[in-house]
Formats: sequence, structure tokens, C-alpha cells
Amino acid sequence: MRFEYTKLPPSAVALRAELRAFLAEAGRDWTPAIRARSWMGFDRDFSRELGRRGWIGMVWPQAYGGHERSGLERVVVLEELLAVGAPVGAHWIGDRQSGPLILRRGTEEQRRRILPGIARGELAFCIGLSEPEAGSDLAALRTKAERVPGGWKLNGRKIWTTNAHLSDWMIALVRTSPAPEGGSRHAGLSQVLVDLRLSGISIRPIRDLLGEASFNEVTFDDVLLPEDALLGREGAGWAQATEELALERSGPERYLSSLPALTAGVDALRDVPGADVAVGRMVARLNTLRGMSLSVAGMLEAGEAPAQEAALVKDAGNDFEQRLPEQIRALLEPEDMPDDLRVLLADLTQLAPTFSLRGGTREILRGIIARELGLR
Amino acid sequence: MRAIILEQVDRLLAANSGAPALRRLEAGEWPEELWEALEGLGLPLLLVPEELGGIGLGWADAAAVWQVVGRYAAPAPVAECMLANGLAAAAGIEPRGGFTTFGPRAPFGRFAAQVLLEPAPGRVALHAPGTYAPGGNIGREPRDDITPGALLAEGALPNIHGPRALRLGHALLRAALIAGGVQHALALAVDWANTRKQFGRALGKFQAIQQQLAVVASEAAAVSVAVSSAAQAVDARGLEGAAFEIACAKVVAGEAAQTAAATTHQVFAAIGITEDHELHHTTRRLWSWRDEGGSERAWAAEIGQAVLAQGGSALWPDITARDNP
Repeated sequence: MRFEYTKLPPSAVALRAELRAFLAEAGRDWTPAIRARSWMGFDRDFSRELGRRGWIGMVWPQAYGGHERSGLERVVVLEELLAVGAPVGAHWIGDRQSGPLILRRGTEEQRRRILPGIARGELAFCIGLSEPEAGSDLAALRTKAERVPGGWKLNGRKIWTTNAHLSDWMIALVRTSPAPEGGSRHAGLSQVLVDLRLSGISIRPIRDLLGEASFNEVTFDDVLLPEDALLGREGAGWAQATEELALERSGPERYLSSLPALTAGVDALRDVPGADVAVGRMVARLNTLRGMSLSVAGMLEAGEAPAQEAALVKDAGNDFEQRLPEQIRALLEPEDMPDDLRVLLADLTQLAPTFSLRGGTREILRGIIARELGLR
Repeated sequence: MRAIILEQVDRLLAANSGAPALRRLEAGEWPEELWEALEGLGLPLLLVPEELGGIGLGWADAAAVWQVVGRYAAPAPVAECMLANGLAAAAGIEPRGGFTTFGPRAPFGRFAAQVLLEPAPGRVALHAPGTYAPGGNIGREPRDDITPGALLAEGALPNIHGPRALRLGHALLRAALIAGGVQHALALAVDWANTRKQFGRALGKFQAIQQQLAVVASEAAAVSVAVSSAAQAVDARGLEGAAFEIACAKVVAGEAAQTAAATTHQVFAAIGITEDHELHHTTRRLWSWRDEGGSERAWAAEIGQAVLAQGGSALWPDITARDNP
């Protein structure tokens, strides 16, 4: 693994200023609860406004509603949104992975039909990977799409699907032919585009630690998908999903989820003995993770596929964003905290266990790193 | 240019390192042959401009070399000499031959041909070695308290390096050596885990071992990134202008040193403790280097005090403002 130093282009500076001016206005009424949820938060109006300003699908061709800007400019937009905990969940998945996947593997017709809607902030996507019997062992999945006249018949269940109940589309990894006897379980898997309005789909909310139903179980009962629901090549689903996961793991949201708590914490910690050393350690890690994350962004921009590096940065970033609320809490009694900080910490404490689960568990990521080291 | 030098240094150190070489160094022997070869590569003059007879490379190049030196647990104090000569040259002092160290607590001071001191903020002075009181760190590397001899030359550093250039340069140097040392401890442990069998299979097949070494790999990457970005910042803005990045690098390096040392010793079990083993020499140096050039506690306090004084709303803008040229 290597992490080359990556410098942001000069255009990033002006873009950052533009974002900050916009967010100072747009985020004026965001409560600490909204900021704590950050990219889990779902606000279609806000996503549409970002789309109107050209901040979704930034790197895609204009022919598909994109803006043909550089991937490093896009990183600046992501950083600024996350730094203030903006509710970006309505377009985050589409912009980060579903859109790029459709751009790379989809047909011309699929690109033209779907990508402009994502870029406008109108189409929300969710991720159809985990199943009740297939968590970290994703290849154990059982959801099936069978060929029928005119398309596909979909049966099975997906679970832990964030914001499925609010989304328009899911890209699901499903079995389209049985795994060969004694062969790889990765064979016979395909990705399908599922319009969540189709009949036969039921979405059951599941309450999380916060008492909210942000994730769901999605059941497919003889759902008829059109012929062109197939995304990419039939049987190439595992490789495509692996590509998608590299995108899912590589962004700044993997270390910035708790940043609003540090911002608020700094003001509350000013006169607390020993806070300087503790804050200094957190900021040193923050700045270093940013360098690592930008390095991965630089590799992606150069057309490389830094899957292992992305896994490493996600694991290190999750560790940071997970510890951060605890480190602030260790310095300050709850009754001495301002209300904003108390709410942020309370919500982040309940969200934090998911940081090292979503997008690949800590154990899976460390397994990827270990294999890269030459262990196993 | 950098790639060629890195490859040459790597090859040279590979042939002149290992536990026996490190033991001789710790016993008080000067690595004469290796030093001559390092001088043959021009390495002590890497940061010295060409018009003063050096190679004229920058801090990012120097830090890359230091990481390689750290990967071999520093079998000669060439990093220290590069820093001393580089700062002397920055103050317009023509470098002299032989081993130059810096004081007052001088690495390998007993072997020095001259010693660089900071007589006043923003100034450096080159002295004859004078006398010394011998000392050492827990890496058993000589650290000698110098009473300088005759003044040979003195000069002012450019303003961008600020009033505490030696402390900042020293911190960057130690962080870079730690980056290499952590990579080295990791490589040794991975090799051991793939070779050593218990319960009928290689240690590396056990998830418990894999998961622990993955954390060390993550720390190795973190220090390396922190060091490169600090060195790039010095090239762009001078030592004082890069104080924040250097502080970050030293904090992360100090934390990583302990994680790497503790974990790799655990993976090696008893064999890694013995003085015949290279890990033994590597981890003692990691523990020494994290204390030198300012501990992670000291640098974290500096970062934290500035952040607390500026307030929460300035934190993210201040970090990202450092992208600007």
C-alpha cells in the first residue's frame, strides 16, 4: 500500500469559500440533532438545492446531467458538507456509488434515464447488499432474480437498508444463477436496478439505538422487474459490487461523522485543565486522516483503484470518529456541557457503534489489510 | 533524483544493518565503513544547496531518506548530520567534512567533527566539538551533553524558519525515523507470523494476529502520511510555517511508536525481547525517538492551546486553510 501526498487544485480554494457562504445561510436552523446525523439525515429540499447549484454528480459528463469537474473539487464539497453535519442522505448514496456504478457499467439508456435525476438531487438511492443470512459473509446472499418473459422475477429480502423507506431506487446484488457445484460462490451474482414503487415490495422499518427507523428490511415477493433492470453484465455482480464498495469506503464521511462534536467541544473545553493535550491529539489525528483520505482521492482521480488503501483509511477513520465523543466526554461533566454539545454527544454516542459496521465491519476491513500485508 | 538516492541508500543500509551492526553501534563503535559509503553518496549534504557544494534537495526528499534510515533502525547518525548541515547551509555557513551533529544534547556527540547550536532565536552557530559528558537514550544511542569548543561560523536563518528551527527540524527528523522504524517492526512481525508455526499452522493464519497487525499497518501509513505532508509544508512555508504539520506528525509518530512496539513484541513473544533479535533494537529506538525532539504530549499541547484559543468555529477553516500555497 502506498499513500502519495495529494495537493488540492487551486480551484478548490474558491469552491470552498462558495460552499461555506452557502452553508452558513442554509444551515442556520439546523439543530444539533440534525448535525449529529449528518449523512444519515434525509432532506430532499436540501439535496435539490445542492443539485441546482451543481454540487451533485460533479464529475459526471454533462450529457448525463453532470458538471465535468475534478474529483478533488468534489472532495472539497463533501468535506464542507460533512464539517457542518449537513443532512445529505437524500443524494449521498446516488452521488457516491450508485451514479458512478451506472455511469461505468450501465447501458446508455440507463445512464440517460437515471443519472440526470440523481444530479438534480431528485432521485434517492439505497444499497441492497446485506441480507438476514448474509452480513459480512455477503456471498451467502439468497435473494434471487429469475428470468421470466419480459424481464426478471425478484424474490428475497435485504436488510439494514438505510433510508430505503424514503428512497426511489435500490441497486441490489442478487443471485441470477446457482453457484456452480464446488465452484466459487461469487459466480452467478448480478446487480439489478429496483424501482422501489413496484408492486410486491414491502419495506419494514427497524428501530435503531436512537429509537428512529432509519434502516429497514425490504422484502421482494414476486416483484416483476423489466428486462433492462439488469445493471452491467449478468454474472459479474460480485466484481461490480466490489468496485462499488471501494467507492463506498473511500470518502471523507469515514472520519468526519463526529466533527460537529469536536467543533462544539472546543468551545466548551477552553478552560478545562488538560484539554489542550487531549484536543491536540485529536486534531493531529484529524489532520493526518485528512491527508490519508486526500491521498486516496488523488489515486481515484488518477484512475487507480485503491481498494486496500480505502479500507485502511475507513478503518482508521472509523476509530477516530468513534472515539471522539468519548474523548470529549472524558474531559467534561455532563452538567457542565452546553445544551448543544450534550445533544450532539448523546446522539453520536448512540450512532457511533454503527460507524465501524456500515460499509464493511472493522473485522472485514482489517482482514483486507492483513491480506494486503501478506498474512492469511 | 529522489528515487535514485532512495534506492542507493536502501541498498547500502540493507548491506550494513541488522542486529550485529546495531549491537556494535550500541557498544560505542563508530560505523566507519558505512559512514564513508554514506559520504560517498553525498548524503550528509543532501539539504545543502549546490552552490555550497551540496545536492540541493528539499525537506520532502530529506524526510523520505530519513524514513529509509528508520527502516534499518538507523545504523549510522546520518539523519542528524543532514539536519545539522542543512540548517548551517540555510544560514549561509559552508558545511565542513566529517560528522556534524547538533546540541546541546548531541546525538553521537563524542564522534562529532563539529556541532551546530542555536545561540539565539533564528541563529545557528557551528562549533568545534569541545568536551562532552557522555550519555545515551534507551536505544543506547550516544546522547552527549556538549560544552562547545571554538566558534567556527555563525549566521542567521531565513525568517520562514522562525525562532526555533532546530527544535522543529529535530521533531520532523524523529517523526520520519519513527515512520521507518514502525514500518520495519511491522515487516519483521509479518515475516515472523508467516514463518512461525503453533498449533499446526502459521501464526499469520490466526485472525487474532491478523487483526492486531492490521492496526500496526494503519499506524505505519498514518505516520508516513503525516511526515510527508509535514515535509512538504516545510518546503512550501519553512520550518515555522510548517509547525502545525510537524507537531501533528510528531504526535501521531509518538502514538504509533508505542502501538507498533507493544503489538510486534506480542506477536514475536519471547524471541523479540532478546538482544540477538533486530526487533529488540528497533523498539528501543522507537521508544527513544518518541521522547526526542519534543514528546507527543508537548506537541499536542501546542496544537491544543492554539485550537482552544481560536475557538471551535475556526478549527476546520484553519485546517483547510493550510491547503493554500
